[in-house]
Amino acid sequence: MTSQSYNKPLPVPQPEWDFYWEKAKAHELWIMRCDDCNKSYFYPRALCPECFGRNTRWVQSSGKGTLLGFAIAHRAPTPAFADMVPFVTCIVELEDGARFPSNLVVDGEPDPAKIKVGMAVEAIFDDVTDAITLPKFKPA
Amino acid sequence: MNQFSKTVAIVGAAESDEIGNVPHKSPLAHHAEAANNALADAGLKLSDVDGLFSAGYSTLTVAEYMGLKPKYTDSTQVGGSSFVIYVAHAIAAINAGYCDVALVTHGEVGRSARERGGGWPGGGQPGPQFESPYGIIGPPISYGMACSNYMSRYGEDRTRQALSEIAVSTRKWAQLNPKAYMRDPMSFDDYHNSRWIAWPFHLLDCCLVTDAGGAIVITRADRARDLPKEPVYVLGAAEHHDHSMISQMPDLTVTPAHVSGPRAMEMAGVGFNDIDLTMIYDSFTYTVLATLESLGYCKPGEGPDFVANQRTAPGGEFALNTSGGGLSYTHSGMYGMFLLVEAVRQLRGECGDRNVNPKIALVNGTGGVLSSTGTTILAVD
Repeated sequence: MTSQSYNKPLPVPQPEWDFYWEKAKAHELWIMRCDDCNKSYFYPRALCPECFGRNTRWVQSSGKGTLLGFAIAHRAPTPAFADMVPFVTCIVELEDGARFPSNLVVDGEPDPAKIKVGMAVEAIFDDVTDAITLPKFKPA
Repeated sequence: MNQFSKTVAIVGAAESDEIGNVPHKSPLAHHAEAANNALADAGLKLSDVDGLFSAGYSTLTVAEYMGLKPKYTDSTQVGGSSFVIYVAHAIAAINAGYCDVALVTHGEVGRSARERGGGWPGGGQPGPQFESPYGIIGPPISYGMACSNYMSRYGEDRTRQALSEIAVSTRKWAQLNPKAYMRDPMSFDDYHNSRWIAWPFHLLDCCLVTDAGGAIVITRADRARDLPKEPVYVLGAAEHHDHSMISQMPDLTVTPAHVSGPRAMEMAGVGFNDIDLTMIYDSFTYTVLATLESLGYCKPGEGPDFVANQRTAPGGEFALNTSGGGLSYTHSGMYGMFLLVEAVRQLRGECGDRNVNPKIALVNGTGGVLSSTGTTILAVD
């Protein structure tokens, strides 16, 4: 899809998060890890939200995880999403523990009888514009 | 000198690591670095901090970034003087026992934002950056994702039954309130047949969207006794927040009321058996279910039993949201004000057919996406 036709909210990359979006564009999912407490976390923060430690670094995620929660949007949250409903929003718990907000991409109409909290999911990459790639998830 | 003069002291002060022209850091990183440095200067840790005061961003955003879960929070926004004003607010909070260690933070990138755009607030915030692009926008989707986690843990069918019980019982209260926006009868079938907004939420799981205003007036207890209406005393009050974005909520089935509720009740010196009326922010049916458990009225996962068989409807054992709530009475956007208005009127005996003649009421407001709570215990003599 070209930048001209994509009308949904886009991140405005910020200094702290340039690296993340550059890696997403390369179809890699990167999160952060704290060497003081050995916890992984997302969204990226300079200081660790678990222990407030400063020894934090970027690490590449496997992109594998499980579904922690989801909703099926039937009413578009803003008019820009009208062409997408019904669609699935989700929170993924990556296998290293970090929480990742995203979309679950499924074939056909999303069915709450088939989408289950706890199900295995894996990252895919949606190049929504020339500049921005959104990591999304599909059932593994 | 008054009794509060020289009761508090500033024990740490610092800037963020780099100041001047720092194009590679976000405003929130400046907040966190400065906090980290000031705490080191004070010889304290972040875990010692229980009060957060911050302007520019809401304390929800600043606390989430730092991983802080404060028991006292002040996002007063009055411009550049905010931080100096917080010193006065900290005197009040510390002397009232609301916090022991107050952290006041600031971070802005006035220079870099001018060149880069979107630096403050807009695109610089984590929510617009990491949730909005996916359509995780607005309460129904965020609360819905939390509710799905509850369903998976405690059973989808019994959760669904609980949500319907809450929707139907709340409408029954609204039918007794002449000011309620939705007063038509609601059956369980009406609930189940209402359209999906964001699964797991039907339309009738969601609060109204109305236009409304409200206000309360608070003064000293000794002065209150000289005024015309019966005083509604504040026995206890407490607050908590533990995330800003839904993806960061520590446990999707437990709201911050698990801290603010017990603290408010401890301050008031009351137990659950003392409470005659409960007013819980019902942005969604699920908010009520999760909040009842978080406050401690019942154990985790027992909420569906607690609200079963219209136990919270007029004439039921447990008086809940007697105005008709955000679900059926009114919800202008930030509904918490109307919880207080109804509780005051109930305690004064001004609610006509729906009055339950309470002596003690518990009010619990929820803000953000199950992000923040305030619990207040109100009473008449």
